[in-house]
Amino acid sequence: MCFAWGPGEMLVYETLFPKEHAEKRPGCPNIFIVRKDQDVYSQTLRKLFNESHGIFIGLQRSEEELAGKSRKAQLVRVSKNYRSVIRACMEEMHQLAISTRDPELHCQHSTQVSILSAMELIWNLCEILFVEVAPAGHLLLHLLDWVRLHVCDVDSMVREVLSCEYPSKHKDFWNAVDIFVLQGRMDDARHLLSKEASANPTSMGMCKILDDLMKKMPILTIGNTQTLTEMELKWQHWHEECQRYLQDGTFASNPHMESICKILLGDENAILEKKELMTTWYHFLVTRLVYSHPTVKPVELRFYAQSSMDLFLGGESSPEPLDSILMAAFEFEIHQVIKECSIALSNWWFVAHLTDLLDHCKLLQSHNLYFGSNMREFLLLEYASGLFSHHSLWQLGVDYFDHCPEYGKVYLELHIERIPLNTEQKALKVLRICEQRQMHEQVRSICKIMAMKAVRNNRLGSALSWSIRAKDAAFATLISDRFLKDYCERGSFSDLDLIDNLGPSMLLSDRLTFLGKYREFHRLYGEKRFSEAAKLLLMLMTARIAPCSFWMTLLIDALPLLEQKEVIFSAEQTYELMRCLEDLTAGKTDNQKFQVDDFEITKVEILRLALARNLARAIVKEGTLEGS
Amino acid sequence: KRRGSGGSQSGRCGRSWLPFAAAGGMEDFSAKFVSQKISKTRWRPVPAAALQPPELFATGSWDNEENKISVWSVGDFGSLGPNGEYQGEPQLLCDIRHHGDVMDMQFFDQERIVAASSTGSVTIFRHHQNNQTLSVNQRWERAHYHVDPDTPFYGGASCTGVICNNPEIVTVGEDGRINLFRADHREAVRTIENADSSTLHAVTFLRTTEILTVNSIGQLKIWDFRQQRNEPSQIFSLTGDRIPLHCVDRHPNQQHIVATGGQDGMLSIWDVRQGSMPVSLLNAHEAEMWEVHFHPSNPDHLFTCSEDGSLWHWDTSTDVSEKPSFFHQGGRSTTLLSHTANQSVISAWLSNNPTKDRMEITNLVPNQTLSVNSLDVLGPCLVCGTDAEAIYVNRHLFA
Repeated sequence: MCFAWGPGEMLVYETLFPKEHAEKRPGCPNIFIVRKDQDVYSQTLRKLFNESHGIFIGLQRSEEELAGKSRKAQLVRVSKNYRSVIRACMEEMHQLAISTRDPELHCQHSTQVSILSAMELIWNLCEILFVEVAPAGHLLLHLLDWVRLHVCDVDSMVREVLSCEYPSKHKDFWNAVDIFVLQGRMDDARHLLSKEASANPTSMGMCKILDDLMKKMPILTIGNTQTLTEMELKWQHWHEECQRYLQDGTFASNPHMESICKILLGDENAILEKKELMTTWYHFLVTRLVYSHPTVKPVELRFYAQSSMDLFLGGESSPEPLDSILMAAFEFEIHQVIKECSIALSNWWFVAHLTDLLDHCKLLQSHNLYFGSNMREFLLLEYASGLFSHHSLWQLGVDYFDHCPEYGKVYLELHIERIPLNTEQKALKVLRICEQRQMHEQVRSICKIMAMKAVRNNRLGSALSWSIRAKDAAFATLISDRFLKDYCERGSFSDLDLIDNLGPSMLLSDRLTFLGKYREFHRLYGEKRFSEAAKLLLMLMTARIAPCSFWMTLLIDALPLLEQKEVIFSAEQTYELMRCLEDLTAGKTDNQKFQVDDFEITKVEILRLALARNLARAIVKEGTLEGS
Repeated sequence: KRRGSGGSQSGRCGRSWLPFAAAGGMEDFSAKFVSQKISKTRWRPVPAAALQPPELFATGSWDNEENKISVWSVGDFGSLGPNGEYQGEPQLLCDIRHHGDVMDMQFFDQERIVAASSTGSVTIFRHHQNNQTLSVNQRWERAHYHVDPDTPFYGGASCTGVICNNPEIVTVGEDGRINLFRADHREAVRTIENADSSTLHAVTFLRTTEILTVNSIGQLKIWDFRQQRNEPSQIFSLTGDRIPLHCVDRHPNQQHIVATGGQDGMLSIWDVRQGSMPVSLLNAHEAEMWEVHFHPSNPDHLFTCSEDGSLWHWDTSTDVSEKPSFFHQGGRSTTLLSHTANQSVISAWLSNNPTKDRMEITNLVPNQTLSVNSLDVLGPCLVCGTDAEAIYVNRHLFA
């Protein structure tokens, strides 16, 4: 047996093994349907797909008009927009997880929450390192924000500590202070420390000194003009001051404060002791950098990252996929990040959009794949194909294909043909997509499908409209024949409102022209404009507009005109009618003649008689007129 | 227990970067992504005596495996922003499964909603406000159908339009049929078989006994139910081009003025008292115009939405020169001159004075790429639904 993904990203296979709980019927093998992209079917993720679609389109349109700084600001804004959508989606999924009572659903939603959370974490880091490209100094501020944003257990602990009557007596009091220090949130840490100072007069002096150290810690702020050298100088002074207090045993009586002072000095062991409070190696990395290398350069990150991970994990556990992805980012290995994400994440949404953004930052241009065009396009094609396999999201996929210059059009052509057209309205929407992109082949095919459907439903008017829209002459001929056949059978036209309003579209096919003109003849006749009607009728035959099979009907139609009191056909016109009749009868082989029934022979005889009498009257009349 | 995060991240990275909030002209809109493509949006009518704005609207979805009719509230439980503006997004009150795509939908009265399905059925749903549920009140299963000449099989034909005038309901469909139903009657009161040889796209009441239909070959027809003939009493048509018409609405006060929207995005204004051609043709959208609505109490304003993803507000009420300039900022804003024939009626929509006859046109949802399928206006409120699975609500249209 072998497998291949079929259209619609679906795999169907036959098996003898029944699904759990399924009833086993003898002799009836089971067919399993496997979907490749399960995430597409999540109600909540649909919001992610739809909302990010708008951002994606906005980014493609923003193309290149801005240069330098404002372009960067724009890209950062786009990146933040994507993240806010991920967050919104995550919050909603979280709400679902806590509100459901079904344990299986709860588990499913919680898994999604952690996946989305990881996505946002990775995206945020990529934004800092690749989109923002923060310089030394500012880089660390961004990384601090990144850690604060993603370590959230703290907030609940702090709330708990602050809400109790004597915060400093709470068992987690010092943990809360530590967390603030580890995250570099000096103001928050000092605020908590003041509670201890006021509750415990004996440690007031110590608190005051520690508070002062925290206050004095030199921090680079965004928009600040101080140079890195100035910053480093200040840092050196502050560091020495901390060192002094530690060495003279100021904090010796309080191990909590002593350890905080060691953290301020960037003591790796002291920081590592708080492992439980940091929960992750990248938190450790950032804390370590804050207190030992505040002006770290982007290129130096990789060394600290690797050693932080080694120290933190300490050989106890091996890195998980998320760890490898973040590590690759710290190493500025963009392709590695994308590759690992593609493997680890369950959908293409993340890599497709991230890669596209990075491509717009001009970070991926040198890289070409040995298949397809480039990585951006490859991932977008995969993502959009997934959307197209969904009964409703396919509309989003169209715009993604549009922005794949190499293969987008081919993919769209292949996928759009598989969209089921259950209503005319849907057909019109698909048609609009094809017409806007000059996909003539698909336009014809859609119109043909719709025309065929209409014919099957006996809606000839609709069918004709569809074939006129596709300019499908052959099909218009076919439908015109159906109209004429109906007329021959019933003696009256159906769908007059349509035939009377053909307008210029009448010229699409000869048969359609004939149908329109023939109907015009009937109208003229009905309005008693006999000579015009006669002229038109004759013209239909002599100009060979009417199909031969229809000539007899036309000649019979001429009978009432021939029998009028007034002479309508002139002698010359009557000769032509006679020739038409003779052409018609002579054209048939002997064999056919043999089969012609009596009724047909009678018709011909009546016609001949009528023509002869009309000719006589016309000659007399014309002779008289000339004479007078 | 290394990765404790997940969940409970709230507040910090809020929705301050909401993409459409940044788009021009969108400040007054609240948006909600609803995980289904929206085909119809309708405000629940407010009682005639009431002055307050509408609080509930209904939506219908299409193209989903399972489609739904949903009822939403925009009531005042949303918080007020720093400048007192309304910030809350629409809240889902209840929904119910709908078999097939929701092709059209109207409120029959305060409690009942009539929905037209792509399966050919027409259903009345009742909204129970005491316990916020929806239930099926009445259904005409085969209101629209095709007859296969070779087999006795009757296939459902999409019901494309429905309009109510209590107690009457008129439906039209792809089968070219017109049905007149009465709530509480099990069978159609009147059916015009093969009323149109092409697809009927929309229907509206002209007067109590007369309806207007538009079809896929560019015709506007008037049907009079007092006549027993199964023929339209009048046919209007676009010149020669046969561009399909998709929507129709009648001026609320001057019933002879009718607006239609076509496949090419063109807005046509007709005077049904005279002529057989439109009074004016206005170039508008770049693709199908799906709906057109005169503002029910302020008919100098007209709203249209389109497959091209735009929602336009047409304003004939003021002279352009007097407009404050900030009005132009919302998206594309153009001034068009209409090409009108000679008219004696004084109506902004029919007038022919080219210097005065200016229209202010504002695109209310710029930067939207997927179709805006439906819109509804009532009082100061507008609601629209899109193929991008979002609904937008504006509660300060004329602010």
